[in-house]
Amino acid sequence: MTLVRTDLQQVVEDAAAHLYVWALKDIPQDLRDALADAAERETSVPGRRVLDTIIRNVSVADEQKNLVCQDTGIAVYTCHVGEGFPLHPARIYAALKTGTERATLEHPLRSNAVHTITRENTGPNTGHRLPIVHWEFVPDWDGLDVKCVPKGSGSENMSFLKMCVPADGVRGIKQFVLESIVGAGGKPCPPGIVGVGIGGSADYAMYLAKEAITRPIGTRNADPIVAELEQELYELLNETGIGPMGLGGDVTVLQCHIEHADTHMTLNPVAVNYQCWAARRASVHVTASGDIEYDREF
Amino acid sequence: MAEHRLTFPTTEAEIRQLRAGDLVTVDGHIIGIRDRTQIRIFDQGVEPPMDLSGAFLLHTAPNVRRLGPGRYEPMCIGTTTSARMVRFTEGLGSQYGVRAICGKGGLPDEAIEPMQRLGMVYLAIVGGAAALETTQIEEIEEVAWEDLMPECLWKFRVKDFGPLWVGIDSHGNSLFHDVQERAQGRLEDILARL
Repeated sequence: MTLVRTDLQQVVEDAAAHLYVWALKDIPQDLRDALADAAERETSVPGRRVLDTIIRNVSVADEQKNLVCQDTGIAVYTCHVGEGFPLHPARIYAALKTGTERATLEHPLRSNAVHTITRENTGPNTGHRLPIVHWEFVPDWDGLDVKCVPKGSGSENMSFLKMCVPADGVRGIKQFVLESIVGAGGKPCPPGIVGVGIGGSADYAMYLAKEAITRPIGTRNADPIVAELEQELYELLNETGIGPMGLGGDVTVLQCHIEHADTHMTLNPVAVNYQCWAARRASVHVTASGDIEYDREF
Repeated sequence: MAEHRLTFPTTEAEIRQLRAGDLVTVDGHIIGIRDRTQIRIFDQGVEPPMDLSGAFLLHTAPNVRRLGPGRYEPMCIGTTTSARMVRFTEGLGSQYGVRAICGKGGLPDEAIEPMQRLGMVYLAIVGGAAALETTQIEEIEEVAWEDLMPECLWKFRVKDFGPLWVGIDSHGNSLFHDVQERAQGRLEDILARL
């Protein structure tokens, strides 16, 4: 039996409230596998102990239904909206905002959002232009996909942008990514996902870097040239020896993901956005009739 | 690499025994502190209403449930990035007698000299491992400056708190400095190959 719901906004709001808490408590399987694999190949004594502690922490969070990490982050959502989805994005945004607030108050979760000048807390993890939503509009489709990525500040503070010039070439891109991650050291809670955005404009490169960290671990860019660069950077980053939590070791990053856009002939922007080992992520699919399906990756 | 168990508050003599790279487990009382708490103490000149002598400070802002006036239940307590707060290191030692600063990701090299001179250490925790850390916190005994929620001054009673690594000892050594130096060397080799 298909239940036809009339209040789609309520459905999206309920889903958002669930996604935020669920993302914070139950990390995805691809991340669990990547952490187990990291613990397997790490050879340094402190590095192994850090990774064992991380894996034990994930088990404790599972058993006690607690948050994996205390940093409830800023709620970042990615929405793929079909052209035929019968709820306007303005209403989808309202639903995501209310859902975020409800999750924060009902759980309760730590509220991180502050006015950027006065530093006064604005309330339940929402505020002026919070939460942040990345939109994509899909023709010939009537569904909605929502992904929630609570983004912690320790890793977000390790974000870097460089307007390389065309003469810097791909080498300039590689150098900047490597220098950024070595410079970040233990601060962003390594080993995590290095998100890289290249091309477009300054702002779009960083947007793409954020897109990159929301991908399931180890998925590769559809463009084989970019996919090859992902693999090369992943290997080079793990030669730096920063190691788990910056205490020295073999595993500095779990993966490197790159998103790209075509750019101006005189531009060569590169942005780095780091995602900590607690790379939390949860998604939901909503049909036009209001049925929901959790954990359908996109 | 030695392993130690320390009860806080503690003394300079105990702290001087620790060497960079050693593992430490902590019992006793620790004090939660963060950016805004230290801005109030040092930039706004407000005396902290808790005794910090011999103290272990944890860089944290916990998820808590309010039970009543000044009473909170720990829900998820973890540790934040220390580097942002490095400029308070000297004052915490010289004005208040703090012995250990604990956080994640390390403190920059400017913390090495004051820690050596004043007999302090930096203890590195596994960042993000908050579900586990919460199980090591027995009780929130005291809270001050609730107007800064969640960046208040928190007094926690802990048991088996760790594992912690001595990141900076009181003898001029920093694990983070050494890792960074080695990584910069490797980076040069990598860049030469590109």
